[in-house]
This record gives sequence, C-alpha cells and structure tokens, in this order.
Amino acid sequence: MNWYDKIFPPKKIVLSDGREILEKRSRLPLVILLLVIATVVSVQVTGFNFDVLINRGKEFFTIIQQMFPPEVNYLPKIWGPLFDTIKMSLLGSAIGALLALPFAVLAASNIVHNRLVITITRLFLSLVRTVPTLIIALIATYVFGLGTVAGTTAIAVFTFAYIGKLLYEQIETVDMGAYEAMESFGATKVRSFFAAILPQVLPSYIANCLFCFEGNVRYAAILGYVGAGGLGLILNEKISWREYSSVGMILITLFIAVVIIEAVSHYLRKKLT
Amino acid sequence: MQKNIQEQLAKQPKTWIFQIVCALIFVVLMAWSTSALNFSGISEGGGEITKNIFMGIFTPDTDMLFNLTKQGVPYLLLETMCIAFLGTVVGAILAVPISFLSASNIVPKPVALVGRFFIMIVRTVPAFVYGLMFIRVTGPGPFAGLLTMSLCSIGMVSKMYIEAIEDMDIRILESLDACGCTTFQKIRYGILPQLMPDFASTIIYRFDMNLRDATVLGLVGAGGIGSPLIFAMNAYRWHEVGAILAGLIVLVLIIEFISGRIRIKLARG
Repeated sequence: MNWYDKIFPPKKIVLSDGREILEKRSRLPLVILLLVIATVVSVQVTGFNFDVLINRGKEFFTIIQQMFPPEVNYLPKIWGPLFDTIKMSLLGSAIGALLALPFAVLAASNIVHNRLVITITRLFLSLVRTVPTLIIALIATYVFGLGTVAGTTAIAVFTFAYIGKLLYEQIETVDMGAYEAMESFGATKVRSFFAAILPQVLPSYIANCLFCFEGNVRYAAILGYVGAGGLGLILNEKISWREYSSVGMILITLFIAVVIIEAVSHYLRKKLT
Repeated sequence: MQKNIQEQLAKQPKTWIFQIVCALIFVVLMAWSTSALNFSGISEGGGEITKNIFMGIFTPDTDMLFNLTKQGVPYLLLETMCIAFLGTVVGAILAVPISFLSASNIVPKPVALVGRFFIMIVRTVPAFVYGLMFIRVTGPGPFAGLLTMSLCSIGMVSKMYIEAIEDMDIRILESLDACGCTTFQKIRYGILPQLMPDFASTIIYRFDMNLRDATVLGLVGAGGIGSPLIFAMNAYRWHEVGAILAGLIVLVLIIEFISGRIRIKLARG
C-alpha cells in the first residue's frame, strides 16, 4: 500500500519539543470506495430490489405459518433418521479427525524439515477444504450408493481437511523443549512426538473435534437432500409433498437435538481448556 | 538421581481409570454409530464410476471454463461472488442489533437469553429450507440466494459479534463520560474503535464461508454456481463439473489468501 501514501502524502505534525512525525492518511476512503463499487456491481448482477422485498416480504412467512402447529403424530418416524444423522456425523468426525493426525504432522514445519513435503501436504489439505461438502456427498452417493455411507464419507472428508489445518497450526505453536530433550537422549522421532508434543496439543485437538462434530450434525441435515441419508432425506420428501406441518416437526426435533449436543459439547470443551 | 526421578514419577496423579473410561465411551459410541452404515447400496460398478468421475473432473471442459457469456464459468463465479458479498453485507447489518440485544453486559440476562435462543433457532434451520421460503418471495434466481445467504450468515456472525461486545472495555466509556463526552462521541471514540476490527474480521471470514457454501443454494435453484454444478452432476457430465469445480476452487483459494492477509492485519492493528 505504499502507492497510497505517495498519492496522499502523510500529514506532518510538529510536536512541542520540535520533532516532526508523519501521520499516515486514513485508508478508510479507499475501503469505502471499493465497498461501494462492489455493492453496486452486486446489486446489478443479483437483481436486488427493495420493492419486491417490501411488497412480497410477507410471502416468506406463509410456509412458516403452515409449519405450525407441527404434526406431533409424525414424531415416531423422525427418531430413526435423526439418530442416523447423529451417527453419521459421529463416525464421520471420528474417522476424519483420526486421519487428519498424520497429515497435520507432515504439514507442521517444526517437525518435518523438508519444505517439499510440507508444501504438498498443505496444498492437499487446502484443496480438499475448498471442494464443497455437498459435492463430495454427491460424488459419494454415486460411488457408495444412496444412504448413510455416502454422508459419513462426506463428513469425514470435510472434518479431515478442517481439523488437519487447525491441528498443524496448533503443532507449530507448541513448546519444542521437551521434544528436543527427548530426541537428545536417544528417543526416536515418533516416540518423542507421542510423549512430548501430543499431550500439549491433545486438549485443543479434542475441543476442535467436538466443535466440528457440533457443526457436522447441522450439516448432516443438509446432506440428506442429495440422498446421503439421515434427516435431510425425510425433510426433502416432506417438502416436496408440501406437508409443512411435518417439516415443522422435523425442524423442531433437529433443533432440540442440536441444543442438547451443543450443551454437552460446550461443557466438555470448557472442561478441556 | 535415579531415586529423585522415581519419586517425581510416583507423585504424578493417577489418571489411568479416567483414560480407560474415556476410551470405553469412545469405543461404545463408535460401535453404536457403525450400526447406521449400510453397505448394501454399494454398486458393483463403484470402482468404474469412480474412475470415470475422476477422469472427467481432472480433464475440465475448457470451452466452458473460458467462455465469457452468461453460461460460462467466469460469469457464474461473478454471480456467486456477488451473492456472497451482498448476502454477507445484509447479514452483517442485520446481526448488529440482534447481537447487541443478546450481549449480557448490555441488556439484562433474560433478554440476552431470549436473543441467544432466537439466534440458535435461526442457525438450526437448514439453508435450503430458507431458500424455498425466499423463492416464494422473489422467484428463483440470485436474489433469493442473496436473501438466504444473509439469513444463514446471521447465526455465526452474531455469535462472534456477541463475543466481541462482551470483551469490550467498559472503563474507556466511563472515562469518556468523565471527560464530558456526548453519547455520539462516546460511540465514535469509545465503542467503534474497539469493535470495528473484530467485526470486520468476522465479516471477512463469513464472506469466505459464504463463497464456499454458495453451492448449497443451487439445490433449490436460488442462483449462483450451484445449480449448473448440480445439473451437470445429475447428468453425469463430469467434464463440466471439472470446469466449474476448477473455477470455484481457484476463486476460493484466492479469496482465502486475500482475506487471511487482511485479517492478520486487522488482528495486529
């Protein structure tokens, strides 16, 4: 941003003791200009229109109104898919988190000293992270067929990339003293890693896994929409049949499940850190 | 020396019971969740299909990738970016009053609890349900996608806002009060400088996420790059999928790099 200072030279201030200091001009006008341009372009492209929003905004609530009162009789049929969703995210998170461990070690620059290995592993992790989970789920349904296996795979892949990134950043910030001490009296690299570095990153690693699991339960509800099993499957079905009262019941059940899971995981994470 | 070490080791708290219990719980949970897996659906041609998919994805359709009309990848990416941008902006603005109403150091506890409950409800409803609701308002297209995105952003953005607000240093406001500042001056010099970096960082991060999640909108026809991607997948046109994915991945990586830079700058001040 040096060019900015050249166009708008910094202001000179003379202090009381005669010294001169330079105050750089604020970048705010530039930021605002860029934001305004981006907003105008976006409004053009997306067809944003306040009139439509005001005139037809009430349509938004028609489906919500039809969701109430929720169809309580539908509840017994929700349990199966709900537990499928939870199981999918539990297993997927566990597989992904365990798979992430070796990759995170390979991507941490304080343990592996080979730049090539580090770059390749990091590139791989960020590539996997950018592929949308929904697309992974769709591909998985073609490979494994419709059902929970596809959903579990998608969640495992997502968790793998997410935890992998967090974990290697964590490993890079640990205190290397214990590791070097163990290596210096003859322990192998693997052994010193497990004894000296793992205990340092373990609490935050588990906390991250729990956090990821929370998010995955929510995400798993969407995955069903592409046929990857769980709650999304019946949600999709009921929406296309326009049985909105059953949809309301499904959403309420999902909400309660998410609240309970979040409360438990929040408690555990508090204990860990 | 040897004895000292042994004494120290003996002093360590005995945690093996706790560890075994944890491991047991983990194993039981895993065993319980594998019961959901049903491998019967796996088709025999799975390997063949996988090969076709990856062959297609890694040889993207270059015609589509560099086509500058409305069906080409560049325009679709621009549309997706615009949806994500405006969606984030609208969501970020809507989240400000909600988060001030749910910050426990500003409003009484019961009000804050109600606010948080509301945020949780908004967060739980899956994106495509919102998409369907908004399509009734605006008809299918990017406008519906934008509104859906803004509603989905509210949950996470206001959660981060609340953390920033609750970490705010109230003493600065008190000293400004003591200097005789007006309410406007207190907001301008006491509150905004404290909150802006956190808020901006949250918004940029959310923009990143929205760009990534934009494909979900395609499920219900709410504009962006999602619908062509899912159409192409359902029709097994893997070269097109490859082209769209290549564009999307490159875009997300670039945006992630830029936003990471900006956020580091914001965090260091």
